[in-house]
Amino acid sequence: MTELKTSAEIGGMGHSVKRKEDPRFIRGRGNYVDDVVRPGMLYMAIVRSPYAHAKILSINSEKALAHPGVAAVITGETLKEYNLHWMPTLMSDTQMVLPIDKVMYQAQEVAAVIATSRYAAADGVELVEVEYEPLEVVIDPFKALEPGAPVLRTDKEGQKDNRIFHWEAGDKAATDKAFKDADVTISQDIYIPRIHVASIETCGIVAEFDSVEGQLTLWMTSQAPHAHRTVFAMVAGHVGLSEEKIRIISPDIGGGFGGKVPIYPGYVIAIAATVVTGSPIKWVEHRRENLQADSFGRDYHMHAELAADKDGTMKALRIKTIADHGYTDAATQPSKWPAGLFAIATGSYPFEAAFCEVDGVYTNKPPGGIAYRCSFRVTEAVHAIERLVDILADDLGMDPAELRMKNFIPPEAFPYKSVLGLEYDSGNYAGALKLAMEKIGYQDLLKEQKEKRERGELMGIGISSFTEVVGAGPSKDFDILGLKMFDSAEIRIHPTGKVLVRIGVQSQGQGHETTFGQIVAEELGIPVSDIKVEHGDTDTAPYGLGTYASRSTPVAGAATAMASRKIRDKAKKIAAYLLEVSEDDLDWEPGKFFVKGVPDKAKTIQEIAFAAYTNHPQGMEAGLEAVSYYDPPNMTFPFGSYICVVDIDSGTGQVKIRRFMAVDDCGNIINPMIVEGQIHGGLTMGMAPALMEEISYDEEGNIYGGSFMEYLMPTAMETPNWETAKTCTPSPHHPIGAKGVGESATVGAPPAIVNAVVDALSHLGVRHLEIPLTPEKVWRAINGL
Amino acid sequence: MGTQSISIKVNGVEQTGEVEPRLLLVHFIREDLGLTGTHIGCDTTHCGACTVILDGQAVKSCTVFTVQASGKEVLTIEGMTTNGELHPLQAGFMEEHGLQCGFCTPGMIMVSHALLQENSNPTEEEIRFGISGNLCRCTGYVNIVKAVQYAANKI
Ligand code: FES
Ligand code: FES
Repeated sequence: MTELKTSAEIGGMGHSVKRKEDPRFIRGRGNYVDDVVRPGMLYMAIVRSPYAHAKILSINSEKALAHPGVAAVITGETLKEYNLHWMPTLMSDTQMVLPIDKVMYQAQEVAAVIATSRYAAADGVELVEVEYEPLEVVIDPFKALEPGAPVLRTDKEGQKDNRIFHWEAGDKAATDKAFKDADVTISQDIYIPRIHVASIETCGIVAEFDSVEGQLTLWMTSQAPHAHRTVFAMVAGHVGLSEEKIRIISPDIGGGFGGKVPIYPGYVIAIAATVVTGSPIKWVEHRRENLQADSFGRDYHMHAELAADKDGTMKALRIKTIADHGYTDAATQPSKWPAGLFAIATGSYPFEAAFCEVDGVYTNKPPGGIAYRCSFRVTEAVHAIERLVDILADDLGMDPAELRMKNFIPPEAFPYKSVLGLEYDSGNYAGALKLAMEKIGYQDLLKEQKEKRERGELMGIGISSFTEVVGAGPSKDFDILGLKMFDSAEIRIHPTGKVLVRIGVQSQGQGHETTFGQIVAEELGIPVSDIKVEHGDTDTAPYGLGTYASRSTPVAGAATAMASRKIRDKAKKIAAYLLEVSEDDLDWEPGKFFVKGVPDKAKTIQEIAFAAYTNHPQGMEAGLEAVSYYDPPNMTFPFGSYICVVDIDSGTGQVKIRRFMAVDDCGNIINPMIVEGQIHGGLTMGMAPALMEEISYDEEGNIYGGSFMEYLMPTAMETPNWETAKTCTPSPHHPIGAKGVGESATVGAPPAIVNAVVDALSHLGVRHLEIPLTPEKVWRAINGL
Repeated sequence: MGTQSISIKVNGVEQTGEVEPRLLLVHFIREDLGLTGTHIGCDTTHCGACTVILDGQAVKSCTVFTVQASGKEVLTIEGMTTNGELHPLQAGFMEEHGLQCGFCTPGMIMVSHALLQENSNPTEEEIRFGISGNLCRCTGYVNIVKAVQYAANKI
């Protein structure tokens, strides 16, 4: 447990402080992008392609322009005049804003209608006439790599095939040798389907250009407002947009999960439209547009192999992956990491050798490769290793818990350097699994399963002991378009001892306004109720790379602690002056400095703050504020062990999660209530792709899963009553020992669920099942079809 | 397109106007009345972010025409607080951490309100069924269920 150093009234680390953002949300007083209304605002709606690959022969806007209320129709030709019809992606690829001659996926933006109301804009969309000539469609990424496949990116000079990148890590020769020498080898093809984050708020923007001042203000669903501002300034510098005159306000955001990290064409078209029309423009996606055209997660085709000794000692790991990125690499990985942090694939185990390779491929699909509540491809890697471990256990006739316990990296081995090059900061994997087994009553469940099996009932128990890697990241290795992935905090203590904290990251529901206040409360002993936290406005917040990949607490949380400590250092000098002693004679307890051994001779932080403005020592600068830009020395490695119990209806194939015990270890905890909430949500977004969610395409590139009619998200009925527990292994390199938690459960849950379902059917000869485990798929497996 | 006169009592206040027959109730509430607590999360009547109470019944206001609501009473999230005092459901969501991004929250509170009006002491299963027309992507529902139970105990 995180040790409590402050009182409940101060509300530092470890207190379940009620959230400061809630009073507005429960009254319907949040301020989301679609709530922003500007005088004279026009509405934008987008014409989209019905074809996955086609030439555009003509676009005729006449009828649309004649419709009452329609003010303008913007096409690729309009943008070409400003050289804005293409834009760079965050992976230094290129993406069409609006096409001139060719569309590359179904639902791609083709033109935009600007009108006086959203209804008139929607009417206008129906009236824009576009003539297409369909082209050969490439959907299967394996076929895309075959010689003779049509080259999709004819716009890219020198691009002779559909390969985007090749990435590899590890020692191939050593791995191949270990496989040759091993007693046992197993292999499994595993596909992690395309899925969509589908935050309940879709993406949107209100763009307002003041042509007199040259000022562009954007209210935008952005998880990374500073980075987006810099990208806009770099892309549109030639048309006169200058970074100091671009202000991005990312107001309340209705869920992000990675889907609000990329820059979508719709944002850029709206910006062009406000410049062209001189009126503020609102564009808010419909759900179907959101599901069909925004960036997707996963779509990894893996061939995974593991080598081991007869006694179960794991020796080597080999994974070859084809990654379907759609028609452009608009993923949101750090620049040097095209396959993200897939190197976490060795998981919680000390392999002697490993080799992983990933090939990114172009297909006629919308851009993929963004996270779905996951730190850069960690979910795919964890799924592979945790499935392999279970398959190995099954082959060796060993209990999967025992096999894991036998192999775990031991606590004394940390910091642990993996064969794929990551340095794990801290861990106690056996401790987490042991607790999960105790909490759920593992031995009793095994007995129950045996009895049920004799009666012909299908019950399964599945384990996942995952290790995550989050908190990108150290500047030597991590950047996005060259922007280093540090993060920041700025703290001002007002004369009355009240505080303003501004941070470089941005909340989409994580509760930053509360937790970042708690970090300051912990460090300075100022009650959290006296601390106001602001974020998401590029005009006021310090520069930072934004919130995704569980990086807020590891990076900006550290910056907040460091800035607080700078303030405390200055406060100490002021206290020494006020108490007329030397600094060395002072001790600190949360909220005050006192003279060693004389607790009554003290100055509270509030008294010190007042003195900083009214009676500061001569020679010292007045005021009490600090800024920190924190460059983390390493990533953090949260981990956990999950145990899932399922019952399966043999008549329908329906899987019911009866119990799910999640033991998480995210180091020191700022707010246990919020951490638990993050785990509940993460588990649900782990269950979703395991059991329900998938986006797929037919051969012509027609999307399946492009509306909530077919994209099945968990409701309260499918979602079980999650059980949680924790162990606490602080990060040794993080100033407050925290590791980040928002995505652990999404990463850890899917293999636990699949392992449970496969376990329930293992006596029927089932060894592996691909997600999502729909009733039909499970029913077929039960019936050997 | 022609317009039609309407008169709807929203949160106790009579609202009249001329609207296109196709104007959705959710747009009337959000854009004509500026009550932006009612949200829009889909285009297929699945998410429930737009849930309001129409003559005592929870409805998805994205699937009701404004003209259909004429002559009726609408209650939105903004009408749940009386004289500055939170409704027990609002308090419950805060106390039990039943919200994160807050986007589904108004809809969740309104659908739960209709549920508790019908059944003041629902079981967990009944709560889960009652809110199953509303999607939340953040919370995993566990704490939403607790929030409704909290309110049920207070009412
Ligand atoms: S907006 Fe989704 S149901 Fe009404
Ligand atoms: S709190 Fe974010 S969708 Fe429910």
